[in-house]
Amino acid sequence: MRYWLYNTNELMTNEPMNNEVKDHAELAEIFNRDEARVDWHDETLWWIRAKRDKSVHQIPEWEALRDTASQIKNNVLSNMESYLIQFEANAKANGITVHWAADGKEHNKIVHDILTRHGVNRMVKSKSMLTEELHLNEYLAENGIDVIDSDLGERIVQLAKEPPSHIVLPCIHKKKEEIGELFHQYLGTPAGNADPQFLTETARHHLRETFLTRKVALTGVNFAVAETGEFVVCTNEGNADMGAHLADVHIASMGFEKIIPERKHLGVFLRLLTRSATGQPITTYSSHFSKPREGEEMHIIIVDNGRTVQLGREEFRNSLKCIRCGACMNTCPVYRRSGGHSYHNAISGPIGAILAPNLDMEKYADLPFASTLCGSCSNVCPVKIDIHDQLYKWRQVIVKNGYATKAKKAGMQVMTFTLSNPAVYHTGGKIGRWVMKHAPFAVNNKLNPWYKQRDMPTPPNESFGEWYAKNRKG
Amino acid sequence: MTVGLFIPCYVDQFYPGAAIACLELLEKLGVTVAYPKNQTCCGQPMANSGFEHLTHGCDELFVKNFAEFDYIVAPSGSCVLHIRDHLHDEANPEKAAHISSRIYEFTSFLTDVLKVQSLPAKFPHKVGVHQSCHGQRGLHLSSMSELVAPSFSKPGSLLNMVEGIEIVHLGRNDECCGFGGTFCVAEEAVSVKMGKDRVADHLEHGAEYITGVDMSCLMHMEGILHRQGSKVKVMHIAEILNGSPLTP
Repeated sequence: MRYWLYNTNELMTNEPMNNEVKDHAELAEIFNRDEARVDWHDETLWWIRAKRDKSVHQIPEWEALRDTASQIKNNVLSNMESYLIQFEANAKANGITVHWAADGKEHNKIVHDILTRHGVNRMVKSKSMLTEELHLNEYLAENGIDVIDSDLGERIVQLAKEPPSHIVLPCIHKKKEEIGELFHQYLGTPAGNADPQFLTETARHHLRETFLTRKVALTGVNFAVAETGEFVVCTNEGNADMGAHLADVHIASMGFEKIIPERKHLGVFLRLLTRSATGQPITTYSSHFSKPREGEEMHIIIVDNGRTVQLGREEFRNSLKCIRCGACMNTCPVYRRSGGHSYHNAISGPIGAILAPNLDMEKYADLPFASTLCGSCSNVCPVKIDIHDQLYKWRQVIVKNGYATKAKKAGMQVMTFTLSNPAVYHTGGKIGRWVMKHAPFAVNNKLNPWYKQRDMPTPPNESFGEWYAKNRKG
Repeated sequence: MTVGLFIPCYVDQFYPGAAIACLELLEKLGVTVAYPKNQTCCGQPMANSGFEHLTHGCDELFVKNFAEFDYIVAPSGSCVLHIRDHLHDEANPEKAAHISSRIYEFTSFLTDVLKVQSLPAKFPHKVGVHQSCHGQRGLHLSSMSELVAPSFSKPGSLLNMVEGIEIVHLGRNDECCGFGGTFCVAEEAVSVKMGKDRVADHLEHGAEYITGVDMSCLMHMEGILHRQGSKVKVMHIAEILNGSPLTP
């Protein structure tokens, strides 16, 4: 069951309607029908971008840090195999059980098997975008396992039966009143109470019971250190620690690109991660996990799910440098005004738009076009992924693979013909300007998307070329 | 030094005033300028839509028109960036490389090549400067709010030479206007919303004119201003720097 698509009313009530495949432009148009909400969404995320700016401008060596992080990750991408083998050996030596999963199906089965072996049907899970990518919750629900998300934002979207709209701020699309309504419905808070402190306290009590009674906890992984076989999980709420420390079994799921060579490199990445994400100097909790407690279990599942293919795409491989900070979403003027759900993919925003076509080029053919190529994403990226250049490159690949619409193809061929032939261009321009002047209804109508909310430029009497021929000796 | 003037297709057809200002100011600064009459387009509209493989006709035409010049100057950051990054001509790779390395956006040609120190222009108005992304982030015409780096602005330094001009401060200094080439029609809703927000920032800060290095962004914002019935006008930076007479 997927919950990507909503009509206008559904955006408010969060009830899924159908599984019809739409594209970003259509979903963004729906989102934009409520302009006040778009303004609110834009300003909320811009505020976070501004916090990020303020924070990074206090670090004179910021750009050097980005360079260093980028180079460390480039090294990782070039030596992925050996770092993964080193990590596996060290983790095993520490007493961690290491699993390899080629795709979501394998990953989800590994988790289910561990749960079955321990005879439990309930699990607590902290923030993991990977498990969103692999649809773990849906799979476990189908198999009778009750999963509670312990990250507050994730818990809210879980109650709302929605996917996260942002990788760091899963419920950033929800106003506090809507969260109050959800809590009233599911957690029994008084109707109409939208006080953030009260709601957080309620969630805390509700989750406390979960933490105390769950035998198995699943967490994500922010960094896996090849040198030591340990992994680091970053949260602001301490929910990963609470879950993992109170459970007998800790499962950690990681995409294989999370590897870093040495522990000392954390000094670079931890400084970059949260400043980029929210403008904080560091996450409240940056917890190192290296071995299970006596008599307990710790598992790591290392997941591929298309990453090997992406690593093999020369033009797109460095998208795997991503440390999931979400800065490219906060800065993206399109994301801020279309919302995370308009990307109909677990990872939204500019980074999602360069990762998704690797997974399914046809389904996500629209995403690389959901950008003005303004380049702000590449500038905020802490590991210097050339996001906007990759968006441009994906467009070429998608068209070459035949995923452009027929109308677009025909339009482009006419344009190419006109612009490759000066005589056709000059005549066409003259006729076009004459039509706009004498028969403006031919362009000023609802078939012209420009004209819907914008006026056409006033056509001049003569083009520059015509003026030049009269006024200068060519 | 002979400069080949490249006037992007939509400027040629809709904004001849910007092109004339560009030509006149270069001539006033003592540059010999020629305008090859068979020019059309840089090919960016196709390439940005994923049809880069269809641009060879445009590319070959561009090389034919501009290979012989010392410099090529255009009143657009976006088209110049496209030529710099993507001009290919299999039959004449050296000529294409020559063009890519010698093509300049208009204001940066003034600051970096001509090293203009003063301009005989007067413009006693409040002006909002729109930072067009391809000029700013692509050609580095000015510093970018995302980076920790010294601040500068090539177009800004030229506007500061204009007598009587008052540059207004904006809430968001370098947010994209949402034009984005074919994005403006393919993603109409978001494009317009971005444009409305950008225009609102200029209006709130009292701009009488919005200027910039790219007429495409200005055309998009002009369409929104017109529809809103605003009296605020857009004007290409070349017209202000040239001291062009204001059209009523």
